[in-house]
Amino acid sequence: MKKEEVPQDKGLLDSAQTKELTYAVDENGEYTTELSSGWDPKTIALSNAIKDIEERVALAKKRVENKETSPIEYYMELHKMDLPILSSYVGLWQWRVKRHFKPKNFQKLNQKTLEKYADVFDISIEELKHIP
Amino acid sequence: MQIEFTHKQSAHCENGVVSNLMRHNGFDISEPMVFGIGSGLLFCYIPFLKVNHAPVVTYRAMPGFIFNRFAKRVGIKIKREKFSNPESAKARLDENLNKNNPVGLQVGVYNLLYFPDEYRFHFNAHNLVVYGKDGDNYLISDPVMEQVTTLTEKQLEKVRFAKGAFAPKGHIYYPTSFPEKLELESAIIKGIKQTCREMTAPFPIVGANGVKTIAKLIRKWPKKKGAKVANHYLGQIVRMQEEIGTGGGGFRYIYAAFLQEASQVIGNDKLKELSKEMTQIGDNWRDFAVNASRIYKNRSAQDDAYNKVADELEAIGNSEAAFFKKLKKAI
Repeated sequence: MKKEEVPQDKGLLDSAQTKELTYAVDENGEYTTELSSGWDPKTIALSNAIKDIEERVALAKKRVENKETSPIEYYMELHKMDLPILSSYVGLWQWRVKRHFKPKNFQKLNQKTLEKYADVFDISIEELKHIP
Repeated sequence: MQIEFTHKQSAHCENGVVSNLMRHNGFDISEPMVFGIGSGLLFCYIPFLKVNHAPVVTYRAMPGFIFNRFAKRVGIKIKREKFSNPESAKARLDENLNKNNPVGLQVGVYNLLYFPDEYRFHFNAHNLVVYGKDGDNYLISDPVMEQVTTLTEKQLEKVRFAKGAFAPKGHIYYPTSFPEKLELESAIIKGIKQTCREMTAPFPIVGANGVKTIAKLIRKWPKKKGAKVANHYLGQIVRMQEEIGTGGGGFRYIYAAFLQEASQVIGNDKLKELSKEMTQIGDNWRDFAVNASRIYKNRSAQDDAYNKVADELEAIGNSEAAFFKKLKKAI
Protein backbone atom coordinates (compact mmCIF):
# COMPACT_ATOMS: atom_id res chain seq x y z
CA MET A 1 0.00 0.00 0.00
CA LYS A 2 1.33 3.43 -0.90
CA LYS A 3 1.14 6.23 1.61
CA GLU A 4 -1.30 8.26 -0.46
CA GLU A 5 -3.51 5.19 -0.85
CA VAL A 6 -4.14 4.83 2.88
CA PRO A 7 -7.94 4.98 3.02
CA GLN A 8 -9.57 7.96 4.67
CA ASP A 9 -13.19 6.81 4.61
CA LYS A 10 -15.64 7.70 7.29
CA GLY A 11 -15.20 5.13 10.06
CA LEU A 12 -16.56 4.47 13.51
CA LEU A 13 -13.60 5.90 15.40
CA ASP A 14 -14.78 9.51 15.18
CA SER A 15 -16.62 9.36 18.49
CA ALA A 16 -13.36 8.51 20.26
CA GLN A 17 -11.53 11.29 18.43
CA THR A 18 -8.81 9.00 17.26
CA LYS A 19 -7.50 7.49 14.05
CA GLU A 20 -5.68 4.26 13.57
CA LEU A 21 -2.12 3.74 12.52
CA THR A 22 -1.35 1.85 9.31
CA TYR A 23 1.94 0.97 7.63
CA ALA A 24 2.54 2.15 4.08
CA VAL A 25 5.32 2.86 1.60
CA ASP A 26 6.38 6.43 0.78
CA GLU A 27 7.47 7.77 -2.63
CA ASN A 28 11.03 6.45 -2.11
CA GLY A 29 9.84 2.94 -1.33
CA GLU A 30 10.64 3.36 2.38
CA TYR A 31 8.21 2.13 5.00
CA THR A 32 6.47 4.76 7.09
CA THR A 33 3.24 5.10 9.06
CA GLU A 34 0.10 7.01 8.24
CA LEU A 35 -3.12 7.61 10.15
CA SER A 36 -6.35 6.32 8.67
CA SER A 37 -9.81 7.55 9.62
CA GLY A 38 -11.44 4.36 8.38
CA TRP A 39 -11.90 1.99 5.49
CA ASP A 40 -15.28 1.02 4.05
CA PRO A 41 -14.74 -2.75 3.67
CA LYS A 42 -14.15 -3.11 7.38
CA THR A 43 -16.62 -0.46 8.50
CA ILE A 44 -19.32 -2.39 6.64
CA ALA A 45 -18.19 -5.65 8.26
CA LEU A 46 -18.30 -4.06 11.70
CA SER A 47 -21.68 -2.39 11.08
CA ASN A 48 -23.09 -5.72 9.90
CA ALA A 49 -21.82 -7.41 13.04
CA ILE A 50 -23.51 -4.72 15.16
CA LYS A 51 -26.75 -5.13 13.22
CA ASP A 52 -26.52 -8.84 13.78
CA ILE A 53 -26.30 -8.30 17.53
CA GLU A 54 -29.24 -5.90 17.45
CA GLU A 55 -31.29 -8.55 15.67
CA ARG A 56 -30.32 -11.12 18.27
CA VAL A 57 -31.33 -8.72 21.06
CA ALA A 58 -34.70 -7.99 19.43
CA LEU A 59 -35.34 -11.70 18.94
CA ALA A 60 -34.42 -12.47 22.56
CA LYS A 61 -36.78 -9.72 23.73
CA LYS A 62 -39.64 -11.21 21.76
CA ARG A 63 -38.92 -14.62 23.18
CA VAL A 64 -39.00 -13.24 26.71
CA GLU A 65 -42.35 -11.59 26.00
CA ASN A 66 -43.66 -14.90 24.63
CA LYS A 67 -42.36 -16.63 27.77
CA GLU A 68 -40.05 -18.82 25.72
CA THR A 69 -36.95 -17.71 27.57
CA SER A 70 -35.97 -15.75 30.68
CA PRO A 71 -34.68 -12.16 30.77
CA ILE A 72 -31.20 -13.56 31.44
CA GLU A 73 -30.85 -14.53 27.79
CA TYR A 74 -32.03 -11.08 26.72
CA TYR A 75 -29.46 -9.33 28.89
CA MET A 76 -26.78 -11.74 27.73
CA GLU A 77 -27.40 -10.76 24.11
CA LEU A 78 -27.64 -7.10 25.06
CA HIS A 79 -24.15 -7.30 26.54
CA LYS A 80 -22.75 -8.99 23.40
CA MET A 81 -22.12 -12.15 25.42
CA ASP A 82 -22.56 -15.80 24.61
CA LEU A 83 -23.08 -18.73 26.96
CA PRO A 84 -19.38 -19.40 27.78
CA ILE A 85 -18.72 -15.72 28.50
CA LEU A 86 -21.80 -15.27 30.69
CA SER A 87 -21.11 -18.46 32.60
CA SER A 88 -17.56 -17.30 33.27
CA TYR A 89 -18.79 -13.91 34.53
CA VAL A 90 -21.39 -15.34 36.94
CA GLY A 91 -19.13 -18.21 37.93
CA LEU A 92 -21.67 -20.96 37.20
CA TRP A 93 -21.46 -24.00 34.93
CA GLN A 94 -22.82 -23.44 31.44
CA TRP A 95 -25.54 -26.06 31.88
CA ARG A 96 -26.79 -24.22 34.95
CA VAL A 97 -26.93 -20.89 33.14
CA LYS A 98 -28.75 -22.61 30.31
CA ARG A 99 -31.30 -23.95 32.78
CA HIS A 100 -31.87 -20.43 34.06
CA PHE A 101 -32.96 -19.45 30.54
CA LYS A 102 -36.12 -21.47 31.11
CA PRO A 103 -38.80 -19.11 32.49
CA LYS A 104 -39.99 -21.80 34.92
CA ASN A 105 -36.53 -22.22 36.44
CA PHE A 106 -35.89 -18.49 36.41
CA GLN A 107 -38.99 -17.95 38.58
CA LYS A 108 -37.57 -20.28 41.20
CA LEU A 109 -34.12 -18.64 41.42
CA ASN A 110 -33.09 -17.52 44.90
CA GLN A 111 -32.07 -13.98 45.76
CA LYS A 112 -28.37 -14.78 45.81
CA THR A 113 -28.26 -16.14 42.27
CA LEU A 114 -30.42 -13.33 40.96
CA GLU A 115 -28.00 -10.90 42.52
CA LYS A 116 -25.08 -12.55 40.73
CA TYR A 117 -26.75 -12.01 37.38
CA ALA A 118 -27.84 -8.47 38.24
CA ASP A 119 -24.26 -7.60 39.21
CA VAL A 120 -22.85 -8.93 35.97
CA PHE A 121 -25.32 -6.89 33.93
CA ASP A 122 -24.91 -3.89 36.24
CA ILE A 123 -28.67 -3.60 36.93
CA SER A 124 -31.04 -4.08 39.88
CA ILE A 125 -32.86 -7.35 40.53
CA GLU A 126 -36.10 -5.58 39.70
CA GLU A 127 -34.72 -4.66 36.26
CA LEU A 128 -33.48 -8.20 35.80
CA LYS A 129 -36.96 -9.57 36.35
CA HIS A 130 -38.74 -7.08 34.11
CA ILE A 131 -37.05 -6.18 30.87
CA PRO A 132 -37.70 -2.69 29.48
CA MET B 1 2.31 10.92 40.63
CA GLN B 2 3.28 10.83 37.03
CA ILE B 3 6.18 9.05 35.42
CA GLU B 4 7.93 10.81 32.55
CA PHE B 5 6.69 8.60 29.73
CA THR B 6 6.52 9.17 25.98
CA HIS B 7 3.37 7.86 24.37
CA LYS B 8 3.86 6.77 20.81
CA GLN B 9 0.94 5.43 18.84
CA SER B 10 1.35 2.06 17.20
CA ALA B 11 -0.74 -0.19 15.01
CA HIS B 12 -0.88 -3.15 17.34
CA CYS B 13 -1.27 -3.02 21.12
CA GLU B 14 1.24 -5.66 22.20
CA ASN B 15 4.07 -4.46 19.93
CA GLY B 16 3.25 -0.92 20.95
CA VAL B 17 3.46 -1.59 24.66
CA VAL B 18 6.79 -3.39 24.26
CA SER B 19 8.17 -0.72 21.95
CA ASN B 20 7.10 2.10 24.29
CA LEU B 21 8.42 0.34 27.42
CA MET B 22 11.73 -0.34 25.66
CA ARG B 23 12.04 3.28 24.61
CA HIS B 24 11.29 4.36 28.16
CA ASN B 25 14.26 2.26 29.26
CA GLY B 26 16.56 3.82 26.70
CA PHE B 27 16.34 1.33 23.82
CA ASP B 28 14.93 2.69 20.60
CA ILE B 29 13.13 -0.29 19.10
CA SER B 30 10.44 0.18 16.49
CA GLU B 31 7.12 -1.59 16.45
CA PRO B 32 7.93 -3.67 13.33
CA MET B 33 11.20 -4.77 15.00
CA VAL B 34 9.34 -6.06 18.05
CA PHE B 35 6.81 -7.78 15.82
CA GLY B 36 9.39 -9.43 13.56
CA ILE B 37 11.82 -10.54 16.27
CA GLY B 38 8.90 -11.86 18.31
CA SER B 39 7.71 -13.88 15.26
CA GLY B 40 4.35 -12.14 15.43
CA LEU B 41 3.24 -13.00 11.92
CA LEU B 42 1.07 -16.06 11.54
CA PHE B 43 -2.04 -17.41 10.00
CA CYS B 44 -4.09 -19.88 11.93
CA TYR B 45 -7.60 -21.19 11.69
CA ILE B 46 -8.90 -22.36 15.04
CA PRO B 47 -11.53 -25.05 14.50
CA PHE B 48 -14.24 -25.82 17.06
CA LEU B 49 -14.04 -22.32 18.50
CA LYS B 50 -16.54 -19.58 17.77
CA VAL B 51 -16.25 -15.91 18.66
CA ASN B 52 -19.23 -13.64 18.03
CA HIS B 53 -20.93 -16.72 16.59
CA ALA B 54 -18.41 -17.08 13.77
CA PRO B 55 -15.28 -19.19 13.18
CA VAL B 56 -11.98 -17.80 14.36
CA VAL B 57 -8.91 -17.10 12.29
CA THR B 58 -5.90 -15.22 13.55
CA TYR B 59 -3.22 -13.38 11.65
CA ARG B 60 -0.73 -13.21 14.50
CA ALA B 61 0.83 -15.17 17.33
CA MET B 62 -0.95 -15.84 20.63
CA PRO B 63 -1.21 -12.92 23.06
CA GLY B 64 1.94 -12.62 25.13
CA PHE B 65 4.08 -14.75 22.81
CA ILE B 66 5.48 -11.79 20.90
CA PHE B 67 6.93 -10.12 23.99
CA ASN B 68 8.22 -13.39 25.45
CA ARG B 69 10.08 -14.35 22.29
CA PHE B 70 11.34 -10.83 21.77
CA ALA B 71 12.68 -10.69 25.32
CA LYS B 72 14.39 -14.05 25.09
CA ARG B 73 15.98 -13.26 21.73
CA VAL B 74 17.40 -9.82 22.54
CA GLY B 75 18.38 -10.81 26.07
CA ILE B 76 16.08 -8.83 28.35
CA LYS B 77 14.18 -10.25 31.29
CA ILE B 78 10.51 -9.66 31.96
CA LYS B 79 8.43 -10.20 35.03
CA ARG B 80 4.84 -11.34 34.62
CA GLU B 81 2.26 -11.79 37.32
CA LYS B 82 -1.40 -12.75 37.51
CA PHE B 83 -3.66 -12.37 40.50
CA SER B 84 -6.65 -14.13 41.96
CA ASN B 85 -7.98 -11.06 43.74
CA PRO B 86 -8.25 -7.45 42.58
CA GLU B 87 -6.81 -5.93 45.80
CA SER B 88 -3.38 -7.52 45.43
CA ALA B 89 -3.42 -6.74 41.70
CA LYS B 90 -4.00 -3.08 42.50
CA ALA B 91 -1.38 -3.10 45.27
CA ARG B 92 1.27 -4.47 42.89
CA LEU B 93 0.40 -1.86 40.28
CA ASP B 94 0.61 1.02 42.78
CA GLU B 95 3.86 -0.33 44.16
CA ASN B 96 5.42 -0.19 40.68
CA LEU B 97 4.12 3.28 39.95
CA ASN B 98 5.58 4.46 43.26
CA LYS B 99 8.93 3.06 42.13
CA ASN B 100 8.63 5.12 38.93
CA ASN B 101 8.18 2.00 36.85
CA PRO B 102 5.56 2.15 34.08
CA VAL B 103 3.99 -1.29 33.54
CA GLY B 104 2.14 -3.16 30.84
CA LEU B 105 -1.29 -4.57 31.60
CA GLN B 106 -3.44 -7.08 29.78
CA VAL B 107 -7.07 -5.97 29.78
CA GLY B 108 -10.49 -6.78 28.35
CA VAL B 109 -11.91 -4.41 25.78
CA TYR B 110 -15.61 -4.66 26.64
CA ASN B 111 -15.49 -2.20 29.54
CA LEU B 112 -12.82 0.05 28.11
CA LEU B 113 -14.89 3.19 28.10
CA TYR B 114 -12.67 5.34 25.91
CA PHE B 115 -13.24 2.94 22.99
CA PRO B 116 -16.24 3.68 20.75
CA ASP B 117 -19.23 1.46 21.61
CA GLU B 118 -18.97 -0.33 18.26
CA TYR B 119 -15.52 -1.61 19.15
CA ARG B 120 -16.37 -2.89 22.60
CA PHE B 121 -16.49 -6.66 22.30
CA HIS B 122 -15.52 -9.35 24.76
CA PHE B 123 -11.94 -9.46 23.60
CA ASN B 124 -9.51 -10.00 26.44
CA ALA B 125 -6.08 -9.71 24.91
CA HIS B 126 -5.70 -5.96 24.70
CA ASN B 127 -2.59 -4.32 26.15
CA LEU B 128 -1.85 -0.89 27.56
CA VAL B 129 0.65 0.93 29.76
CA VAL B 130 -0.11 2.61 33.08
CA TYR B 131 2.37 5.41 33.69
CA GLY B 132 1.03 7.21 36.73
CA LYS B 133 -1.84 8.08 38.98
CA ASP B 134 -3.61 11.35 39.53
CA GLY B 135 -5.94 11.15 42.54
CA ASP B 136 -8.42 8.40 41.69
CA ASN B 137 -7.39 8.32 38.03
CA TYR B 138 -4.79 6.05 36.48
CA LEU B 139 -2.87 7.59 33.60
CA ILE B 140 -3.15 5.30 30.60
CA SER B 141 -1.06 5.08 27.46
CA ASP B 142 -3.03 2.86 25.11
CA PRO B 143 -0.81 2.29 22.07
CA VAL B 144 -3.65 2.15 19.54
CA MET B 145 -4.98 5.58 20.61
CA GLU B 146 -3.57 8.83 19.32
CA GLN B 147 -3.60 10.45 22.76
CA VAL B 148 -3.05 9.29 26.33
CA THR B 149 -6.15 8.86 28.47
CA THR B 150 -7.27 7.99 32.01
CA LEU B 151 -9.32 5.34 33.82
CA THR B 152 -10.68 5.44 37.36
CA GLU B 153 -9.63 2.78 39.88
CA LYS B 154 -12.94 1.05 39.47
CA GLN B 155 -12.86 1.14 35.66
CA LEU B 156 -9.33 -0.23 35.58
CA GLU B 157 -10.22 -3.04 37.97
CA LYS B 158 -13.12 -4.01 35.74
CA VAL B 159 -11.02 -4.34 32.60
CA ARG B 160 -8.18 -6.10 34.43
CA PHE B 161 -10.61 -8.70 35.70
CA ALA B 162 -12.69 -9.20 32.59
CA LYS B 163 -13.90 -12.79 32.17
CA GLY B 164 -14.18 -15.21 29.28
CA ALA B 165 -11.54 -16.61 26.91
CA PHE B 166 -8.00 -15.35 27.70
CA ALA B 167 -9.23 -13.73 30.93
CA PRO B 168 -6.44 -11.35 31.96
CA LYS B 169 -6.65 -12.06 35.71
CA GLY B 170 -4.97 -8.77 36.47
CA HIS B 171 -1.97 -9.71 34.32
CA ILE B 172 0.85 -7.19 34.83
CA TYR B 173 4.25 -7.26 33.11
CA TYR B 174 7.39 -5.19 32.77
CA PRO B 175 11.03 -5.62 31.81
CA THR B 176 13.34 -6.06 34.79
CA SER B 177 16.85 -6.28 33.39
CA PHE B 178 18.61 -5.32 30.20
CA PRO B 179 21.89 -6.30 28.55
CA GLU B 180 24.40 -3.54 27.75
CA LYS B 181 23.64 -3.91 24.10
CA LEU B 182 20.72 -5.70 22.49
CA GLU B 183 21.72 -8.67 20.33
CA LEU B 184 19.65 -7.59 17.37
CA GLU B 185 21.32 -9.52 14.52
CA SER B 186 20.93 -12.99 15.97
CA ALA B 187 17.49 -12.08 17.30
CA ILE B 188 16.29 -11.04 13.83
CA ILE B 189 17.51 -14.29 12.27
CA LYS B 190 15.88 -16.40 14.97
CA GLY B 191 12.65 -14.44 14.59
CA ILE B 192 12.56 -14.86 10.81
CA LYS B 193 13.39 -18.56 11.00
CA GLN B 194 10.53 -19.28 13.34
CA THR B 195 8.05 -17.34 11.20
CA CYS B 196 9.19 -19.27 8.10
CA ARG B 197 8.80 -22.54 9.97
CA GLU B 198 5.31 -21.70 11.14
CA MET B 199 4.07 -20.28 7.86
CA THR B 200 5.20 -23.36 5.92
CA ALA B 201 4.15 -25.87 8.59
CA PRO B 202 2.69 -29.08 7.17
CA PHE B 203 -0.62 -28.78 9.02
CA PRO B 204 -3.87 -27.85 7.32
CA ILE B 205 -4.82 -25.10 9.76
CA VAL B 206 -1.52 -23.20 10.15
CA GLY B 207 0.31 -20.80 7.87
CA ALA B 208 -0.11 -20.87 4.11
CA ASN B 209 -1.99 -24.18 4.36
CA GLY B 210 -4.40 -22.57 6.78
CA VAL B 211 -5.16 -19.84 4.23
CA LYS B 212 -5.98 -22.50 1.65
CA THR B 213 -8.18 -24.36 4.13
CA ILE B 214 -10.20 -21.21 4.76
CA ALA B 215 -10.54 -20.74 0.99
CA LYS B 216 -12.03 -24.24 0.78
CA LEU B 217 -14.44 -23.50 3.61
CA ILE B 218 -15.61 -20.26 1.99
CA ARG B 219 -16.69 -22.22 -1.09
CA LYS B 220 -18.89 -24.44 1.07
CA TRP B 221 -20.45 -21.77 3.30
CA PRO B 222 -23.23 -20.40 1.06
CA LYS B 223 -24.70 -23.87 0.45
CA LYS B 224 -24.07 -25.29 3.86
CA LYS B 225 -24.90 -22.28 6.05
CA GLY B 226 -27.09 -20.04 3.92
CA ALA B 227 -26.34 -16.55 2.70
CA LYS B 228 -26.83 -14.75 6.00
CA VAL B 229 -24.44 -16.88 8.04
CA ALA B 230 -21.93 -17.13 5.19
CA ASN B 231 -21.81 -13.34 4.97
CA HIS B 232 -21.42 -13.01 8.71
CA TYR B 233 -18.48 -15.48 8.63
CA LEU B 234 -16.85 -13.66 5.74
CA GLY B 235 -17.26 -10.32 7.53
CA GLN B 236 -15.59 -11.75 10.60
CA ILE B 237 -12.56 -12.88 8.58
CA VAL B 238 -12.15 -9.39 7.15
CA ARG B 239 -12.53 -7.86 10.60
CA MET B 240 -9.82 -10.07 12.06
CA GLN B 241 -7.63 -9.11 9.12
CA GLU B 242 -8.18 -5.38 9.08
CA GLU B 243 -9.54 -4.28 12.44
CA ILE B 244 -7.52 -1.93 14.59
CA GLY B 245 -4.18 -3.35 15.45
CA THR B 246 -3.12 -5.06 12.25
CA GLY B 247 -1.56 -2.04 10.56
CA GLY B 248 -3.38 -3.12 7.40
CA GLY B 249 -3.40 -6.34 5.39
CA GLY B 250 -3.51 -8.68 8.36
CA PHE B 251 -0.09 -7.57 9.74
CA ARG B 252 1.56 -8.19 6.35
CA TYR B 253 2.56 -4.51 6.00
CA ILE B 254 4.13 -4.40 9.46
CA TYR B 255 6.07 -7.50 8.54
CA ALA B 256 7.23 -5.91 5.29
CA ALA B 257 8.37 -2.87 7.31
CA PHE B 258 10.27 -5.23 9.60
CA LEU B 259 12.03 -6.94 6.67
CA GLN B 260 13.06 -3.55 5.31
CA GLU B 261 14.50 -2.42 8.64
CA ALA B 262 16.10 -5.82 9.22
CA SER B 263 17.86 -5.74 5.86
CA GLN B 264 19.75 -2.65 7.06
CA VAL B 265 20.55 -4.03 10.51
CA ILE B 266 21.99 -7.32 9.29
CA GLY B 267 23.16 -5.95 5.94
CA ASN B 268 21.22 -8.31 3.73
CA ASP B 269 19.86 -6.79 0.52
CA LYS B 270 17.73 -9.82 -0.25
CA LEU B 271 15.47 -8.92 2.64
CA LYS B 272 14.80 -5.56 1.06
CA GLU B 273 13.59 -7.21 -2.12
CA LEU B 274 11.50 -9.64 -0.12
CA SER B 275 10.00 -6.71 1.78
CA LYS B 276 8.61 -5.44 -1.51
CA GLU B 277 7.17 -8.83 -2.24
CA MET B 278 5.53 -8.95 1.20
CA THR B 279 3.99 -5.53 0.52
CA GLN B 280 2.49 -7.00 -2.65
CA ILE B 281 1.04 -9.91 -0.65
CA GLY B 282 -0.41 -7.37 1.78
CA ASP B 283 -2.01 -5.57 -1.17
CA ASN B 284 -3.54 -8.88 -2.26
CA TRP B 285 -5.05 -9.31 1.19
CA ARG B 286 -6.52 -5.82 0.89
CA ASP B 287 -8.02 -6.69 -2.50
CA PHE B 288 -9.52 -9.80 -1.00
CA ALA B 289 -11.12 -7.63 1.72
CA VAL B 290 -12.57 -5.26 -0.88
CA ASN B 291 -14.10 -8.09 -2.90
CA ALA B 292 -15.39 -9.86 0.19
CA SER B 293 -17.03 -6.63 1.33
CA ARG B 294 -18.88 -6.41 -1.98
CA ILE B 295 -20.52 -9.71 -1.07
CA TYR B 296 -21.55 -8.89 2.49
CA LYS B 297 -22.44 -5.29 1.72
CA ASN B 298 -25.63 -6.32 -0.04
CA ARG B 299 -26.20 -9.22 2.30
CA SER B 300 -26.98 -11.28 -0.77
CA ALA B 301 -25.03 -14.21 -2.04
CA GLN B 302 -24.19 -15.82 -5.30
CA ASP B 303 -22.08 -18.94 -5.19
CA ASP B 304 -20.05 -17.45 -7.96
CA ALA B 305 -18.92 -14.49 -5.89
CA TYR B 306 -17.87 -16.76 -3.04
CA ASN B 307 -15.85 -18.90 -5.41
CA LYS B 308 -14.15 -15.79 -6.70
CA VAL B 309 -12.94 -14.59 -3.31
CA ALA B 310 -11.99 -18.16 -2.45
CA ASP B 311 -9.83 -18.27 -5.58
CA GLU B 312 -8.16 -15.05 -4.50
CA LEU B 313 -7.47 -16.47 -1.06
CA GLU B 314 -6.06 -19.65 -2.51
CA ALA B 315 -3.68 -17.60 -4.64
CA ILE B 316 -2.59 -15.70 -1.53
CA GLY B 317 -1.97 -19.01 0.23
CA ASN B 318 0.21 -20.17 -2.64
CA SER B 319 2.21 -16.96 -2.78
CA GLU B 320 2.77 -16.98 0.99
CA ALA B 321 3.99 -20.57 0.83
CA ALA B 322 6.45 -19.62 -1.91
CA PHE B 323 7.43 -16.42 -0.13
CA PHE B 324 8.42 -18.03 3.15
CA LYS B 325 10.45 -20.71 1.39
CA LYS B 326 12.40 -17.94 -0.31
CA LEU B 327 12.76 -16.00 2.93
CA LYS B 328 14.16 -19.05 4.67
CA LYS B 329 16.82 -19.40 1.99
CA ALA B 330 17.66 -15.69 2.12
CA ILE B 331 18.98 -15.77 5.68
